[in-house]
Amino acid sequence: MISMLKTLWLVFKHAFHKRVTIQYPEEKAYLAPRYRGRIILSRDPDGGERCVACYLCAVACPVDCIALDSAEDEHGRRYPGMFRINFSRCIYCGFCEEACPTYAIQLVPDVEMAEYNRQNMVYEKEHLLIDGQGKYHGYNYYKVAGLAIGGKGKGEAENEDPPIDPKSLM
Amino acid sequence: MNPILQSFLLIQGVLIGLMTLAGLLVWIERRLLALWQDRLGPNRCGPFGILIFVADGIKMVTKEDWIPPTADKPVFILAPAIIVVTALLSFAIIPFAPGLVILDLNIGILFFLGLSSMGLYSTVLGGWASNNKYSLLGGLRMSAQMFSYEVFMGLSLMGVVILSGSLNLREIVEAQAGMWFVIPQFLGFLIFMIAGLAETHRLPFDMPEAESELIAGYHTEYSSLKFGMFFVGEYVGVTLISAIIVTLFFGGWHGPVLPPFVWFFLKTSAFIIFFILLRAAIPRPRFDQLLAWGWKFILPLALLNLIITGAIVLARGN
Repeated sequence: MISMLKTLWLVFKHAFHKRVTIQYPEEKAYLAPRYRGRIILSRDPDGGERCVACYLCAVACPVDCIALDSAEDEHGRRYPGMFRINFSRCIYCGFCEEACPTYAIQLVPDVEMAEYNRQNMVYEKEHLLIDGQGKYHGYNYYKVAGLAIGGKGKGEAENEDPPIDPKSLM
Repeated sequence: MNPILQSFLLIQGVLIGLMTLAGLLVWIERRLLALWQDRLGPNRCGPFGILIFVADGIKMVTKEDWIPPTADKPVFILAPAIIVVTALLSFAIIPFAPGLVILDLNIGILFFLGLSSMGLYSTVLGGWASNNKYSLLGGLRMSAQMFSYEVFMGLSLMGVVILSGSLNLREIVEAQAGMWFVIPQFLGFLIFMIAGLAETHRLPFDMPEAESELIAGYHTEYSSLKFGMFFVGEYVGVTLISAIIVTLFFGGWHGPVLPPFVWFFLKTSAFIIFFILLRAAIPRPRFDQLLAWGWKFILPLALLNLIITGAIVLARGN
């Protein structure tokens, strides 16, 4: 009986505590920078698409919500011709981001993606591709990769020595 | 003014007031529960969210009114009506202020006890008629709870009757002009409050509903306005129990400075809020604990209270 009265008093005191409710449309909850929300495709510092259409994200996706096909430009540089994410399937697990070798696909802290029409949940490449670099700044895959493509030969990447002709050592 | 017209107006006023209050109580309860749980509660619809009960009402009316094909149809339909009718009828004997009573009945307490027992049939019948195992369990629990708590509900009031020497609620209130009966009858007040809680099957005595065990208990199968009537009946019941406690133990309309009706209203509101606080704070006991507690502890206590009160009054009378 005493414990019940104590309970009553304790609960009554809660009337003067701080509210924990966040009044959503006006106040927004804090989402950490690494929050797994909407998926975007980022660009490198020079404005080129980071995605090299390697399909790793599509393979890693546990719900198969990523569809893409690869294309190649005149310099031999690969890019996705079509990139489609069905957000009505996406579970925001972030595996695609982990699988991505070029930091192209990223999950950003944005969760306001509700739609009245299910078809509107399907995002095409034009909806996914942003102009910025997303969470990883200053990274340019082709600048650090040893691959030769149009405009950059072997050995011209950052921190890369020019290739040595092994026959010259003899 | 014509006495018939006057009582007609009074009845209308009480009815409209109670129905509005029952609706408002839904909002008040949700806001208060939120207050004690560090939340905000419904605050969007209208000022402070007060119009939520209008929205709830519209929703309730426009929902499909479904009767299970296997249900006992007449009983199923009758059940929610009983609780509303009995709860509203009980207000006929409540003296809100001097002269402001619909029916100045000389057996007021008996009338109230009779109607509150009738009201409980609503939940029992509703649970039985639904032809659903959860509803049936809810109905069974209600009937067991009804039998055990009905007994000392009446007994706890007899102390007040002995002290005031009347079953008329107006005379009981008048007898409290000097001292509220809560002081000599504190035990009776506690027992009546517990019995009243069990009677309105509010938490912590909401075993017949027990969402976490029985879905919604006796009103699992009810929808639309029938469910709404159970809801209104419950809130009117809470108001009724608060009003009766105020009338019998807390001096009814007596109080300084403010007009009598305001005092009555304030005291009743305080008890309604206290019931909501109980709901927010106290967990539900196990059903066998509830029954054992009722029969083995409260009932002897109520009898003891009655005997001692009777003995004291008798000794003083001599």
